[in-house]
Amino acid sequence: MTAPILSFQQVSFGYQPNHPILTDVDFALKPGRIAAILGPNGAGKTTLLSLTLGWLSAWKGEIQLAGTPLCALPPRERGQRMALVPQSEHTPFDYTVLEYVLLGRAPHLSPLEMPSAQDVEIAQDAIEQIGLENLAQRPVPQLSGGEHQLMLLARALTQLTNLRSPTSNYHLLLLDEPTSHLDLHNKSRIIEVLRRLRNSGVTILMTNHEPDVVLALADDVLLMQPGQSPTFGPLDAVFTAEALTRIYGIPIRLAQVDGHKQVLWT
Amino acid sequence: MPSHELTKNRSLLLLLAAVFVLFVLSALLGRYPAPGFLSPVQLASDELAQRLFFNLRLPRLLTALLLGMTLSAAGMVFQLLFSNPLVEPGFLGVSQGAAFGAAFSIVFLGGAAFLTQASAIGFALAGLAFSYLLARRLRYGGWILRLVLAGIAVSALFSAGLGLLKYLADPLTQLPEITFWLLGGLASVTWAKLTGILPLVLAGLAVMYIFRWRLNLLALNEQTSFSLGLAPGRERILLIFAAVLPTAVLISISGMVGWVGLIMPHIARRLFRTDTRYSLPAAMLLGGTFTMLCDNLARTLLAGEIPLGILTALFGALIFLLLMTLQQAKPQK
Repeated sequence: MTAPILSFQQVSFGYQPNHPILTDVDFALKPGRIAAILGPNGAGKTTLLSLTLGWLSAWKGEIQLAGTPLCALPPRERGQRMALVPQSEHTPFDYTVLEYVLLGRAPHLSPLEMPSAQDVEIAQDAIEQIGLENLAQRPVPQLSGGEHQLMLLARALTQLTNLRSPTSNYHLLLLDEPTSHLDLHNKSRIIEVLRRLRNSGVTILMTNHEPDVVLALADDVLLMQPGQSPTFGPLDAVFTAEALTRIYGIPIRLAQVDGHKQVLWT
Repeated sequence: MPSHELTKNRSLLLLLAAVFVLFVLSALLGRYPAPGFLSPVQLASDELAQRLFFNLRLPRLLTALLLGMTLSAAGMVFQLLFSNPLVEPGFLGVSQGAAFGAAFSIVFLGGAAFLTQASAIGFALAGLAFSYLLARRLRYGGWILRLVLAGIAVSALFSAGLGLLKYLADPLTQLPEITFWLLGGLASVTWAKLTGILPLVLAGLAVMYIFRWRLNLLALNEQTSFSLGLAPGRERILLIFAAVLPTAVLISISGMVGWVGLIMPHIARRLFRTDTRYSLPAAMLLGGTFTMLCDNLARTLLAGEIPLGILTALFGALIFLLLMTLQQAKPQK
């Protein structure tokens, strides 16, 4: 029985008083697993990520990161343990990809410190892992949507590299629709990178709309439905045709194609 | 990459050396005994030259240097914090507040120099405080948007007030004085005035310089900088004050000197790229150079003084036009 890296205990939240988006969310995520948050638009998937990040605070209930209440965690330590890959990010200034990825070292530096040559190396490694090394000197505004998303993942890898404790089993990576702008090639690349991260001990929590990506990656699934508390469990138990049909409101079937599970709809 | 850093560091050092040389040359430049440079030999022997040199030129030149450095650095900080390449350091009610304060003192308080300065500082800071408090009370939009809106509203209030003061002012005595103050200039700078504001200016510059890499992080959207382990609210406020306070006190003795804070950060980014680790110190040095050069022209070109604000606006706008037309040559994004 391993202790969960992330736990939600009876968490409720809404943006306006008396209009809860999430009610009594309760789940515990074990380290070294990939969990996908699934649900229709407006079910509160991104809200749940923001709560996990600590950016929003819950109305009631408690969120813990490796046993520590989120609100009790110093910001820098939080930044070293947990990274976010947003769907997209606007920058009006033309940083190079390397400069931008290097910003991920921030939680490892004291407020008055500059990134060292070693930090630059870490950033370059991350860029290589993602396969963007040819774009390292390219200005960020010139990247395509997919390249931009990959770069944000490289920044998150840079952020989660900890030189003092190389084990990554208390690292949590949050991704908001990581494959939304990617073509098939980059999608398979990101799936491979995320698997490798999971195998090195990083825990991953992501929102995703694409059933094929969820089927390929997820160990656990959090199914969300507006106004109800979500269901959490292993992929096989939760990701069923009946559950999908219920939350999306259209008939959905699961079928075996070439030995892989596939989602059929329309 | 390390070679990148080396060249940038070397360029910054070169720029620093250039600023130093320019400073020495500018100190020797003037209209005494004849328009042109004062020779060191004469400086050693002529007592009047020494007094000119130490009591008039040095404090004025130092103020020009600090004014340029502060306006440019503050402009850079503001452009990044507000993710908007077109903002100036005075836009949070500071410039218009200072202008209103100076005019208020000229019209109602008799316009003694120290009163005008005190009133300009007072109203500049009041403008900032007012914008800040207003932004905290606004109930919609992100923090940045609220500050921008509050700054625009407060500036508009002060500029309406300034219009009223100009209308009330005696057209023969007070109005010209207000106009000259609004055009900006360093002719009245003394050691006393400079040393009065020096601690605040140096502190502001030091904070901005120390946070030069960190500034990159604060330019990201708030949730992202939060996810990188920052307390973005607190650090933003610290940098805003580090940028605005020295700007306000400098404006109070220089009057309106526009365009430096807008254009120098652009040139710095063009030459040193966006990373503020290099572009912020570059902006400081370029701003100092630009203001010293403009002030040299202001005090030596004609027998009378040309208002500094006219020259910075003229050359600033010309450079801006040049930059924009040069940018057209690059492939469209």
